[in-house]
Amino acid sequence: MGAETVHALRDVSLEIQRGEYVAIMGPSGSGKSTLMNVVGCLDTPTSGRYELNGVDVSEMDDNQLAEVRNREIGFVFQMFNLLARADALHNVELPLIYAGLPADERRRIALDAIAQVGLADRMHHKPNELSGGQRQRVAVARALVNKPSILLADEPTGNLDSKTGVEIMTLFEDLSQKGNTIIVVTHEEDVARHARRIIRIRDGSLAGDERRSDDRHTTVATTSTP
Amino acid sequence: MKILTELREGLGISWDAIRANKMRSILTTLGIVIGIVTVTLMSAAIQGLNRAFVKSISALGADVFYVQRDSWINDTEEDWLNSQKRRTIRVADAEALANQLTLAVAVAPVAEANASVQFKNRSASGVTILGTTEDYLLTSGVEMSEGRFLSAADASGGRPVCVVGEQVATNLFQTASPLGQKIKINAQSFEVVGVLEKQGSFLGMISLDNRAIIPLKQITTVFLRDPDVVIQVKARELVQLDEAREDLRHAMRRVRRLAPSEPDDFAINQQDQIVTLFHRETATIALIGLFVTGLSLFVGGIGIMNIMFVSVTERTREIGIRKAIGAKRRTILLQFLIEAVCICLLGGLIGMGIAGLLTFAVEKILPTVMSPAIVGIALFVSLATGVVSGFLPAWRAARMTPVDALRYE
Repeated sequence: MGAETVHALRDVSLEIQRGEYVAIMGPSGSGKSTLMNVVGCLDTPTSGRYELNGVDVSEMDDNQLAEVRNREIGFVFQMFNLLARADALHNVELPLIYAGLPADERRRIALDAIAQVGLADRMHHKPNELSGGQRQRVAVARALVNKPSILLADEPTGNLDSKTGVEIMTLFEDLSQKGNTIIVVTHEEDVARHARRIIRIRDGSLAGDERRSDDRHTTVATTSTP
Repeated sequence: MKILTELREGLGISWDAIRANKMRSILTTLGIVIGIVTVTLMSAAIQGLNRAFVKSISALGADVFYVQRDSWINDTEEDWLNSQKRRTIRVADAEALANQLTLAVAVAPVAEANASVQFKNRSASGVTILGTTEDYLLTSGVEMSEGRFLSAADASGGRPVCVVGEQVATNLFQTASPLGQKIKINAQSFEVVGVLEKQGSFLGMISLDNRAIIPLKQITTVFLRDPDVVIQVKARELVQLDEAREDLRHAMRRVRRLAPSEPDDFAINQQDQIVTLFHRETATIALIGLFVTGLSLFVGGIGIMNIMFVSVTERTREIGIRKAIGAKRRTILLQFLIEAVCICLLGGLIGMGIAGLLTFAVEKILPTVMSPAIVGIALFVSLATGVVSGFLPAWRAARMTPVDALRYE
């Protein structure tokens, strides 16, 4: 018997610049989820380094990672992952609560964020009273409310019909134009095509890195695994 | 600031969670309610018993010594047998003692007998007849409801006068005033000069109102020529009690002409002794009682722990989401701890309400007391139960990794 070590990722070195719009592509089991977890600070690499904004986060403990996630990463999930019992506004407010902002300031910022995704009139609805597209927009508002360095989306259109999927991708386009750094993890070419850079992962290693425009940016994320 | 925000958020989440699973919350709370009710009732009963006892025992007076042949409390049967062999304490001893004492305000020898008392065709039987002096008013602390107590002249002259207890007065005279009437004790005639205030009973057994008090000199002529007396000595000041006791002991040894090598052949009794003994006994009862009732609270606590584990498992995904957007271990731990504490405090409050009503209902029959201390302790106990039983589930939640928690279906 004995445990077999599986390297979900090996020999992956890449740099992502501030303001980039990147798609990470790969079939399921390719290791793109692991890469996303590392980039999103949900997990640390067993070996190798991950620098976010010039800070090495590979050695951080649970609580430090939580703080980094709160400040630097905005997540958008395939399953929306909103809190079912909280209304839209409270969901958006949550990262600010964990950031320890006073109540009135939280409210102001959250209201602003929810208005930006066009859901001001729905802010007191619970997630089950919203459509899929609306839920995902709430999730985007929640992701952006703390002004993170990276907006990290995992199959953001996976649970949406094609029409609302396009809506969300348009929203991302918009956010990218405004200077947000966006990383989208997907296996759909249609979704990836919106990005200006496509990184392909296969069997745990880098299989391609194509840029669709070559404007220069400052480094925001660097990752390398041996 | 930050911790306050987290607490408020935690409270909100807990309340939502409790409301979302109403039936489950009610049943879990019920376990705590039952636990708190039993523990609170037990404490109330014990405290009530203590209060009733202390109230009753206070009739003895905290600053009064009772010099008598035997001790109130004997550790062994042998001690008791030895004390029975001692010489009686005589009226003359009491007089000699009174002359020797410096730290006493009153010295009252008391001889006791039992007799029936008659007034015209009515009679009261089993009346305790006390023969004493005017000092008894000070040592016993009795109050007069009518007339006066024995005077110094009554006592020294051995005049045939008496003071009767409330029960004797009602039995013999009903509503009429007994003052100035002549009653017969052991076929001897006594004029009633005063009536005592109602005192109730001592430890619920001996009535303190079925008494008649006559001059000591009368009791030696009517009943016993040489009675065994109890000398009641009231100390000058409560703070000097130990000194007064030593003073009294030495004086009494001189009176009894004891050689330095001989042990005391008398006992000095105090209210204190009984109180100490009583508290020792009730402490044991309280310990056993609280242990048994505490078990039901413990079972309630297990219920909470169980349901919290379920709650944590059910909300694994929520924990994952919260962690992904920046909740720290502490935040998650706090969230689930607050939920457990909320259920327990709720149960505690309801339990205390029920216990309060029950206490109020049985107050007439049983001496129960629901003091602020009990309320405070019960609240603290329910809070502690929440923390203790919520900790393990909350810790499990706090330690989840966001990746695994998010993946949980």
